[in-house]
Formats: sequence, C-alpha cells, structure tokens
Amino acid sequence: MRVSLFATCLGDQFYADACADAVRLLRHVGVEVDVPDAQTCCGQPAYNAGLRDEALRMVKHTLDAFEGSEYVVLPSGSCAGMMRCFYPELAHDDERAASLAERTYELSQFLVNVAGVEALGSGLGGKRVAYHHSCHALRELGVRDEPIELLAKCGAEVVPWVADEECCGFGGLFSAKLPEVSAAMADRKLDTLPVVDFVTSTDGGCLMQLSGRAEKRRTGPPFRHLASALWEGVRG
Amino acid sequence: MKLRPPGEYRAEAARTIRETPGIRDAVTNATDTFNAHRAHAYGEIDSDRWRDWARDVKTHVLTHLDEYLVQAEEQLTANGAKVHWAETASDALAILGDIVQEHGIERTVKAKSMLTEELGVNEHLEGLGVHVRETDLGEYILQLLDEPPSHIVGPSIHRSLEDSQRLFHERFGTPLDSEPDALAAAAREALRADFLAADLGISGGNFLAAETGTIALIENEGNIRLSTSLPRVHVAMVGIEKLVPRLEDLSGFLQLTARAATGQPIGCFVSLIQGPKRDDEVDGPEEVHVILVDNGRTKLLADDTAWEALRCVRCGACLNICPVYRQTGGHPYGWTYSGPIGAILAPGMLGLEESLPLPHASSLCGACVDVCPVRIPIPEILVHWREKAVEAGLTPFVEDIGLKAYTAAAEQPMAFRAAGAMLRHLPLELGGRALPILGGWMQERSAPKPSKKSFMNQWKDGIE
Repeated sequence: MRVSLFATCLGDQFYADACADAVRLLRHVGVEVDVPDAQTCCGQPAYNAGLRDEALRMVKHTLDAFEGSEYVVLPSGSCAGMMRCFYPELAHDDERAASLAERTYELSQFLVNVAGVEALGSGLGGKRVAYHHSCHALRELGVRDEPIELLAKCGAEVVPWVADEECCGFGGLFSAKLPEVSAAMADRKLDTLPVVDFVTSTDGGCLMQLSGRAEKRRTGPPFRHLASALWEGVRG
Repeated sequence: MKLRPPGEYRAEAARTIRETPGIRDAVTNATDTFNAHRAHAYGEIDSDRWRDWARDVKTHVLTHLDEYLVQAEEQLTANGAKVHWAETASDALAILGDIVQEHGIERTVKAKSMLTEELGVNEHLEGLGVHVRETDLGEYILQLLDEPPSHIVGPSIHRSLEDSQRLFHERFGTPLDSEPDALAAAAREALRADFLAADLGISGGNFLAAETGTIALIENEGNIRLSTSLPRVHVAMVGIEKLVPRLEDLSGFLQLTARAATGQPIGCFVSLIQGPKRDDEVDGPEEVHVILVDNGRTKLLADDTAWEALRCVRCGACLNICPVYRQTGGHPYGWTYSGPIGAILAPGMLGLEESLPLPHASSLCGACVDVCPVRIPIPEILVHWREKAVEAGLTPFVEDIGLKAYTAAAEQPMAFRAAGAMLRHLPLELGGRALPILGGWMQERSAPKPSKKSFMNQWKDGIE
C-alpha cells in the first residue's frame, strides 16, 4: 500500500513536525510513503473567498501533482474535505478529479478505514485529552469516531467536552475578516474546556486558532496535532 | 432602536461582544435549550426521511409557483377572503393602509410575524395614527423596549429573564423576582384590553395550502388565535414562498417545523384560516384580507443557486446551531432575518452590495446543514454569494490581489516554498499587526508559530 502525503500549505510551514510524524505513523503501520514535490495548496482559500477561477487552477495543479498516486493522505480534514467534496464539481470536465477525490483521506480516516489499524501503542497512558472536531473532518468527511478511537488505542482518556463539535472560529480568511466574532467563537471553546493534559485535532488551522487565542489570553493547555499525539502514542 | 444596516455588521458584532456580554450569555443559553429540544424531537421521528420529503415538496412548489399562487387566490376568493398582490414593501403597506382607511381602523393587534417586520408594518401604521399592539409575549417585551426582534422564533432571545423582570417591575409594578409565569400573567392582563379594543388583527402565515386556500399559523400562546378571530377585520400578510400544494401537506410541515423550531411535536395552537366567519358562525372576523407579498422573492427565485433559500420555513434552527449567531444574537446582521438564513436571503432580496459582508459572516462550518428541516445547502449558497461579490468587483482590494498572488505562487512550487520560507522568518510578533489579513488575526490572537524547519525540507533531508 502506497500513500502520497499532501502536507498542505499550512502543514508545510506551521505544522511541519506533525507532517513528519504523519510519515512516521504511516510507515509504522506498514505503508510506503512518498511526498510529491509539486504539491502546494489545495485551493480552499481561493474557493471559500469566492475566487472560483483561482480555485480551479489550484485543483488542476493538485491533480497534476498527485497523478498516479494510489492514495492521498492529508493531516487535515479541511483540505481533504475540499478535495473529496468540491474537486469533482469544480473540475467536472476533468475525469481525474472524481477519481482523486475517492482516493483522498484525512490521516485518521485512512489509518482506521483503509489501513485497518488495530493497535498503535500505549504512549498516551494516563493522559487526559480533549479532542476538537474539525468542522470539515466531521461534516464533510464524516470523521467522528476515528480520531477518538486511535487516541483511545494509545491509552489516552478522551474526556467529554460540551463544545467539542462546535466550530473553533478559524474558517480561513474569516478569522481575519471578522476577528472579533472569530475570537468569541474560540473563547466559547476555551471557556468550556475541561482540565486536560492537551487538546488535539486533525487540523492545523483549528489548532492555530485555539492555541493563538489561548496564548493571547495567557491561559490554556498545550495544543498538539493528532499526528504528533498518535506518534507519541506509538513511541511511548 | 433601529437596526444598523448589514454593512455595519463587523462593528456592530464587535460592539455587542465587547460591550454587552450578557447578550452572548442569554443567546447561548436559550439556543442550547432549543438545540437540545430539537435534537430530541428529531430523534423521535425518521427525521432524514421527513426532511427529504419537506425539501421535495417545497422544491416542487417553488418550481410551479405560478400555478399554485393562482390556485390559492381562486380558493381564498371562493372562501370569501379578499386577495391582494404586493410586489414591493410599499405596495403591501399601501394595501394595508387602504384597508385601514376603508374600515376606519383605530387600534390593531398583531400576531407575531417576521414578514410584517420585514415590511415595516408597525412604523407605517403608527404613521397613519393607528395604535399597534404586539401580542406575542416576546414581541410585546420588545415593543415596550423599542427593539426589533433578534431571532425568528424567539424574538427577545437576547434579553435575560432579569431584563424582563426589571421592565415589568417598572411598567406594571410586578415584584423584581417574579417568576416567568407571573410576568406572562401581567402581560396577559394588559393585552386583554388591547384585544377587546382592536378592530383589526394582523398576522403572517406559516403556510398557505393552495388546494383549499388555507392559511396555517403555529403558536404557543393563543395570541394568534385571538388576533385573527376577535377583531372584525383580519389581514394576513403572506410571503409568496409560503405555499404548499395540498391541505394534507400541512400535516407534515406543521409537525416538522415545530420539531425543528422548538422541539415540540406540534405547536400548542394551530390555526387554519380559510376566510371570514360564515353566516351560521358566531366567532370570527367579518372580513379577511390576504396580502400575498413578493418583496424580492421572485428576484431570489431567479438565481440559479440561491433560490433554494426560499424553501425556508422560518424555524430558526440554523440560528440556534450557528456558532457565529450564538456570539452576538441577531441585531448585528442589520436585517429582519439574521443568522445563516439571513445571510443567504439578504443578497437575493435586498441586493448583494447592500448585504455585504453578511455572506462572509460564516466560517462555513456546516452545522446549519445538519439541522435544516428543508435541507437548504446554506454553505454552498454563502460561497455562491461570495463568488458573485468577486464577479461584481465588490471584494476588498487587498484580499483580491492577495489571493490571486497566492494562487500564482502556488502554481510554482519552488517560488511558493521560497515565499513561505521568507514569511516564516519575518518577525511576525513585532510587525504582523501592521499587515493586511495578518493584522486582523493578530488583533485577537498571538502570531502563528512557524515550524523551525519546513516539512518539505525535513522530507528532503530524510525523516527517521
């Protein structure tokens, strides 16, 4: 089984260590990993801003970059959702779009549903963890149980969080266009957060928003990308 | 209090968050309750199947609107009601004004109706010297406070119990610690005199069954029943999108709407109105007028994507679940319809330029899609309006140029990574606030922390 990792623009620059941990995880479960060099951005920023032409150019670029990939795995539910849900419609005249969409997975979704991971390790034993559902992982990809299952397999106690399925307020450009509302949304998440060792999520965007807001408020637990949390679970 | 226009959304939202945090608490608490009740009520039925059905019926109506409108008019007329057509708000108000004049109306009682808010009925009637009394408890509170509704179903949702206790204490002398029931009793006492004195009752209409010319009204307080049956004249103002084909369709819609709105199996009162009282009936108005209102609806219907928003049954479920709406309530949206549904209706009904930035007042989280009883694809329509704004050249210059430059760079992996490396080494924490986009981020959050070494470089050097 061969996976092409799509680090995503945010992952490459801001969650590089988590992307490297994703490579380690995939190799650990017996998957061969490659990283196509032409990859850059999935096009979601342009798409969400209403720049359809620019979004389509990024779709074409990404289709070229991952031509011939068996599976594409992303450490991001949002970018994976963009590819799975919107590529086929945006590039309806390019038959590669629907095919790539079907072969694209968010990391935890791939580990559980394709790689069939049974056990990882016990490195998170005794850790209390809050899991934030990225909206696009949850609602576009239907990824709800997979990350929690994997965390539990590593020994973590995933604690209930009343706002775990509510949006963190990131929303890409939304966070900068309407910063006050966006921050109030993050506050709602942080204000309801139980006492935990760390907060984790499938998406760097959400983590950047929550950790950036927590730091500004000078309070809050550590925030870690799911790939890094799971790799710690393996490594111990 | 007048609403500030949608263009003031950001400033109004920020002001609400900073200066009146009680609004956020009141709205969050009330919508939490709505959401819990809706989830329970959806769980009792095969809600996916019901919602598919409701979507299909509404889509059918909207694609055959001309036929059903004519049928509804014929049936209502045959029932003895008088049907009027209003293309614009001022047409509707003029028709209402004529009825008021013809009957020498001095006092009117109003059932809760968002359409009458949209049209500005109260201000118009007061301008004509007519006394107007809102009879829904929430609307009554807002009328006393001189505020517009902030939620489709719970108009005073942004107000706490303490606010109402204080208001009623000042107004009626009720104790400051009165229970909600005692406040409702005080309001009922005051309203009863208004009901008895009114010679006109004004309502909206939740649904209009074309087959029989039946207007259906859902409520929990009984004030709609009284407003539409006690005064000698009843005027129902109904949006043209409120049609359903058959009387039996009401059965499904009345139940689904109540479940979506408040989590009830059905409203405490359902009124089905077909016309004035008949010769052998004791109760009921002598005249019933139905004003069918367009006011931007056919314009919205003509849009090949956004037309689906016209399926809306005004349950408010998308407001309750929306994490954006929940921070501020409805007033910052600057229009009668707030929240996600307001943000997609406004560009089609008011005009795109007038409605910006409402289509951007969403993180596109999609929570609204999970709850909408008629399956309106709200995030898709939000993106659609953003695309229309780009086409019309209404996007802020920096954003437009920035995203185009970003796309051009992202087509050149080498250049893209070089730009990324450069940005990562800028002293963001020091200078970031002065930059466009990043400045908005840093106003409320710490600067993003770049990784020490990019992933692509880690990959090239080998990952152990």
